Amino acid sequence: MNDTAFQFHFDDQQISAEPGQTVAAALIAGGHLWWRRTRVHDRPRGLFCGIGVCFDCLVTINDRPNRRACLVEAQPGDQVSTQLGAGRAHLAN
Amino acid sequence: MPTSQTDPGYDIAVVGAGPAGLAAATSAANSGARVALIDSGARVGGQYWRHRRGDDIRHQHRWKEFRRLRGNLDHRRALIDYLPEHFVWHVERTGSGFSTHATCGDAERVVDSRAVVVATGAYDRQLPFPGWTLPGVFTAGAVQGLLKGQGVLAGRRVGVAGTGPFLLAVAAGLAEAGATVVGVFEAGLPTGFARHPLAVLANPGKVAEGAGYLRILARHRVPCHPRTGVIAAHASPSGDSVHGVTVARLDRDWRPVPGTDRRIDCDTVAVGYGFVPQIEIPLQLGCDTRLDVDDSLVAVVDDRQRSTVPGVFIAGEACGVGGAVLSVLEGELAGLHAAHLTGAGVPDPARVRRLARRRAAQRSFATAMHQAFPVAAGWSSWLDDDTVICRCEEVPASAVTRAVDQLGATDPRAVKLFARPGMGLCQGRMCGFATAGLVADRLGRTVTAEDLRGMSSRPIAQPITLGTLAAGPRGGRVS
Amino acid sequence: MVIVGAGVVGAACAYYCAAAGLRVTVIERGAIGGGTTAACEGNILLSDKEAGPELELALLSSRKWAELAEELGGSSLEYESKGGVVVAASPETAEGLAKLTVEQRNAGIDAIDVPGPDMFDLEPNLAPGVASGAFYPQDSQVQPMLATAQLLRRAVQRGATVLTNTEVVGFVRARDGALNGVRTTSSSMPTVHAKWVVNAAGTWSGQLADLAAAAVPILPRKGFILVTEPLPRVIRHKVYTAEYVANVASSDEGLQTSVVVEGTRAGTVLIGASRERVGFDRSVSLPVLRTLAAQAIAVFPFLSEVALLRSYLGFRPYCPDHLPVIGPDPRAQGLIHACGHEGAGIGLSTGTGALVAQSIVGDALDLDLTPFRPDRFEETKAS
Repeated sequence: MNDTAFQFHFDDQQISAEPGQTVAAALIAGGHLWWRRTRVHDRPRGLFCGIGVCFDCLVTINDRPNRRACLVEAQPGDQVSTQLGAGRAHLAN
Repeated sequence: MPTSQTDPGYDIAVVGAGPAGLAAATSAANSGARVALIDSGARVGGQYWRHRRGDDIRHQHRWKEFRRLRGNLDHRRALIDYLPEHFVWHVERTGSGFSTHATCGDAERVVDSRAVVVATGAYDRQLPFPGWTLPGVFTAGAVQGLLKGQGVLAGRRVGVAGTGPFLLAVAAGLAEAGATVVGVFEAGLPTGFARHPLAVLANPGKVAEGAGYLRILARHRVPCHPRTGVIAAHASPSGDSVHGVTVARLDRDWRPVPGTDRRIDCDTVAVGYGFVPQIEIPLQLGCDTRLDVDDSLVAVVDDRQRSTVPGVFIAGEACGVGGAVLSVLEGELAGLHAAHLTGAGVPDPARVRRLARRRAAQRSFATAMHQAFPVAAGWSSWLDDDTVICRCEEVPASAVTRAVDQLGATDPRAVKLFARPGMGLCQGRMCGFATAGLVADRLGRTVTAEDLRGMSSRPIAQPITLGTLAAGPRGGRVS
Repeated sequence: MVIVGAGVVGAACAYYCAAAGLRVTVIERGAIGGGTTAACEGNILLSDKEAGPELELALLSSRKWAELAEELGGSSLEYESKGGVVVAASPETAEGLAKLTVEQRNAGIDAIDVPGPDMFDLEPNLAPGVASGAFYPQDSQVQPMLATAQLLRRAVQRGATVLTNTEVVGFVRARDGALNGVRTTSSSMPTVHAKWVVNAAGTWSGQLADLAAAAVPILPRKGFILVTEPLPRVIRHKVYTAEYVANVASSDEGLQTSVVVEGTRAGTVLIGASRERVGFDRSVSLPVLRTLAAQAIAVFPFLSEVALLRSYLGFRPYCPDHLPVIGPDPRAQGLIHACGHEGAGIGLSTGTGALVAQSIVGDALDLDLTPFRPDRFEETKAS
């Protein structure tokens, strides 16, 4: 592969990715195995099935929650954030 | 492309662009049919040929076959509309055929056609065990997908566990890519396929493939342990990833043999117990389904790949798990017959016979494999009360058994309504098989097709925002 | 006695009859709660009831639910006194609502008028520009399947028997013509003798009643519910638009949709409630789902970005006069009906169960059963 690697933000870190790589793949390559905490027991979750059917790999990308990290291809400058629970804390009251 | 208002759009909508879908779309177009090829991915190939841009074939299989199909697709662009990144959430019958509803980004797209070929594939089947929700525990397919499709090694010290020949392929890929595979832990007895000598002899290619993986594993000194299971995964001190597993010898019923459990350090686990066909669309359409030899719920098809609903054809894993070669054969047959149904000439009988012969050989091998690698009910003895059964809703095993013992549930659907396994985002895809198995076991019976239907029926096959749903087909009806 | 049907109404009958010392056998052709009960939201409402017998039954039932929650444990039923909020979007609707709440208070419902701006204290995520509303503290919520299971469980603990996957195919009569049992598809119990048979077969009660030549005109009224992905707590009450109240009472043939939105313990938001008279057609109607989605977004705009996870449908059992059928059938000695609760089955089940037990045992009835009598339809036809 001769394409140039690029960077995106994950919380306060920089993650390298290659063109066509998913957010999940880039995070795992960068040593991050989890990027979400579950609703009920606050447990860490990351990739599981890798093909978009298990919905474990949910993460917030550019302020949109519940994106399947294994399906979304990373773009330069993306802001990926660890998702806590259902990911819409601003709605809670 | 079709322009008439009364003309219901395409002749054929093919859902899924993996091996079966590609073969169906191209063979239908070769017969002159107008085809819409609808797929959720950014590129054709499905899971089996998942790749990034370009042709890095290092970890791929049968790439030549893929290039042939993709070449056919390009050659037939006048007749095939390829719709990538379209997530199909509902297919319904209409007066003139079918409407396939998909979302593309935030917009809904609807594809009208006279016939439909469902080629939606399958995904790894899972059995829960303590610690399986720890980061670093992946499905076997996920680990292979990361390697094939993303060029990423899932981890450094990997345990590969489960049942079925797919584990060998995954382990071999990992070993070749430089990972330390601490072992292949096969819960069953792989020499079981020797009980089906005819099926094996009729498929020398398959046997060679398996032998090739074993050679790779031997070269990398990867130990293979039959009748052994990963019965627990253990968390690192920080609690946020796996750092070891407990493996144990298993008896015929997959119960751990006392005194044989031992700890193995690893940072990654790749696990799979066969495959689950994706059949929500056939279920939406009212197609008959049945329990296959591997205890999976599959769509019923005849020798022309026709489902029990006129105009609906099904090819590939959705009508029986059997691998990519079988999927391509079934796809080609489905495409020929669907094209004939929608106005093309009668398919060449010699060609159909040839395809059918090869399909039969592939199916007999698949059957032999399924019978050689059954799932035994004793897996439930690996569970603790608090082992998570439903990953999405974090439902523990105790809630499932309580729903049967105390609340009077007599099937998995009732358990779902009482205790919520299958009510989360994945809508039972990960936990359906295990929940049905646990419930049946608790009731002293075996799993029925009706049990699995209760966990597999999904009127909304993919999440769609309420706003997109309310707005209706803004992206236009594609016809 | 035999109770046909292990939905919420059959379960409530079993509970109260067993508590009264009767020997109960519940016969269910499918699974517990497997009929319409499985498709319910779990509403225990006073807010949508018009003054009259249905409201009386609702008041009785609501009290009974609170007692049950005390006895069985609220969390085992997921019982929640969350209250209901009715939204009047326009000044015209607000005017109509204000008149309605006066009547409701006169009839014994705690209905509190809420001026427009105060509505956002109740529900911060409401669409702006709401004209006014009303708050009903007595509206409650229960999880229908859990409630059914717990009611049956308590009945079994008191000696009741529950047979599932067993269908009643006929009645047995004594020489004087009174019913004294049922015939079933069970090979081990093909006949079950009983002095009383309770028809709690939900939307299929009419078919059962026909077997006893004691027809009740119960027909299916189809409804869909949408379920969203899990969310943090964003909707605090049951929320409906004022049109919902008018809708329940309507007899129009076609589609009736006006929205009911509420959050659940698990974090999902439920959106209902459509009404169609299309027999037992189980097909998914996308236009109905779209309409429900649009109506819900009109009340809570944030829902536009929220994903739909699944939809389910059920068939409400309704009678032409929108009142249930409760009590002994003069046309068939030994037959007691407990059916036809339309969209209020969960809420009204407890009162129904108590009344059925009282009828059998001969205790004073909590309510006059005349408005619910099974033979009232023949009178209407005759006159």
